[in-house]
Amino acid sequence: MSGRLATLRGLGVTYGAGPAALSDIDLAIAAGERLAVIGESGSGKSTLALALAGLLPDNVRMMGSIAWEGEVKPVPGRDIGFVFQDAGASLNPVLQVGEQVAEVAQRHLGLNWREAYAYARDLLTQVQIPAPDTVLNAYAHQLSGGQRQRVAIAAAIAARPRLLIADEPTSALDTIVQSEIVALLERLVREAGMTLVFISHDIALVSGFAERIAVLHQARLVEAGLTADVLRSPREAYTARLITSHIGLDTPRLVGAPA
Amino acid sequence: MTALLRTTGLSKTFSSGGRRVTALDDVSLTLEAGETLGLVGPSGSGKSTLARVLLRLTEPDAGRIDFAGTDFTALRGEALRRIRRRIQMVFQDPLAAFNPRATVADALGDPLRVHGLAGRRERPAEVARLLGRVGLAQDLAARPIHEISGGQRQRVAIARALATGPELIVLDEAVSALDVTVRGQILDLLVSLQRQDGIAYVFISHDLAVVRAVSHRIAVMDQGRIVEQGPVQSVVENPQSATARALVAAVPRLMRQVGEDRD
Repeated sequence: MSGRLATLRGLGVTYGAGPAALSDIDLAIAAGERLAVIGESGSGKSTLALALAGLLPDNVRMMGSIAWEGEVKPVPGRDIGFVFQDAGASLNPVLQVGEQVAEVAQRHLGLNWREAYAYARDLLTQVQIPAPDTVLNAYAHQLSGGQRQRVAIAAAIAARPRLLIADEPTSALDTIVQSEIVALLERLVREAGMTLVFISHDIALVSGFAERIAVLHQARLVEAGLTADVLRSPREAYTARLITSHIGLDTPRLVGAPA
Repeated sequence: MTALLRTTGLSKTFSSGGRRVTALDDVSLTLEAGETLGLVGPSGSGKSTLARVLLRLTEPDAGRIDFAGTDFTALRGEALRRIRRRIQMVFQDPLAAFNPRATVADALGDPLRVHGLAGRRERPAEVARLLGRVGLAQDLAARPIHEISGGQRQRVAIARALATGPELIVLDEAVSALDVTVRGQILDLLVSLQRQDGIAYVFISHDLAVVRAVSHRIAVMDQGRIVEQGPVQSVVENPQSATARALVAAVPRLMRQVGEDRD
């Protein structure tokens, strides 16, 4: 196993006067691993993603520490790419797709505009956008939800970050597009040797590609381990509940013949 | 026996920015009393338009809907209002479906008042009865809708649908926004209400596994058309259309073994 990318020690986050959004999180992220962070609403999983990405607002209270490999604090957007649930909100509505992807490359990779624009086209091909030349000139609202998320992924990886954080990237998409986006992310991080932190409420979805799973519940980390271990023998009752709540094609049906 | 609901050749086209989009294309289906028809398909397949047309919130361009032997599409005025009591709906986001400043009692009192089902004096008792039916404590009645949890809110939405004693409830992504540990409880509630009252459901979702769990029959939609329909088992185990095959393949599977085969 390669080195640690980040080590969280006693990490806590509180917004304003509210209860802790995250409390006393100890978690190590290995360089190059695919880690899934699982939790339900209010578990603190999005706060963990924002804290890792250095994107928390100024008015939060943070406790504990995040130590990075090489002691250098990563730059969000360059060293850390971020994909959100709502790709529509993370893309600029008045910029053409090509411009916003190229802008990231120009800013962080030191390319001139021509090079950056050509690279943006390559990226759209990499994220399997059909007709990339048309999409380069399109605006976000002209694309489907799945296409928008592919563009957001292209922008997130444009600066070749070491770490890609995806916060519920498929929750607004239908199941067919969801499986395509997951396969795409998996391939991209594999090819680039990127570390992936994938935030989700769906333990079955992540079981197909995550090497490790961390389970958050009510602002606390309840357990973390290898995916197969957590799924086969969860240590915490809450994790077991998440697993039994999964509805798949082999789950017993709730209805038989109509009354 | 006549079907509770029968749609024949429903079509609907919207124009959007000069483009014509066919949302429904010759949709014909039937639903028996006490039965659940699962309606599944990708985003933009026309599921929600069909839901709105079934409720007559959107008028179809062509086709008809027969409900309990009456041509529902032809009804106007008082006759339409009377039949509307018998068809209710539950949406994905209950917060958007309620006046956010209302209390739970207000939300449940509205249909009772609008349809003249309980006078001012009887209303608190009726609200309490409805809360009981969906497994909520009676002291929830005084709480504002925006203060209760998402799961509680969806129970209130179901209670509101029950208020008029419907024979059919259209559920449009009704459990999609809920936490997974809450989702199962809401599905159990829906199934038990169906057993008690013989309510028929049109259960709409993009998630085939959830649809399979609660439906008797499944209709698969894509691009405004029903591309396949049949008993749950045959659609899931032996899908005939490309859309149904893609939906089956896209269901996330719990993989407990390292390197377990995905198919």
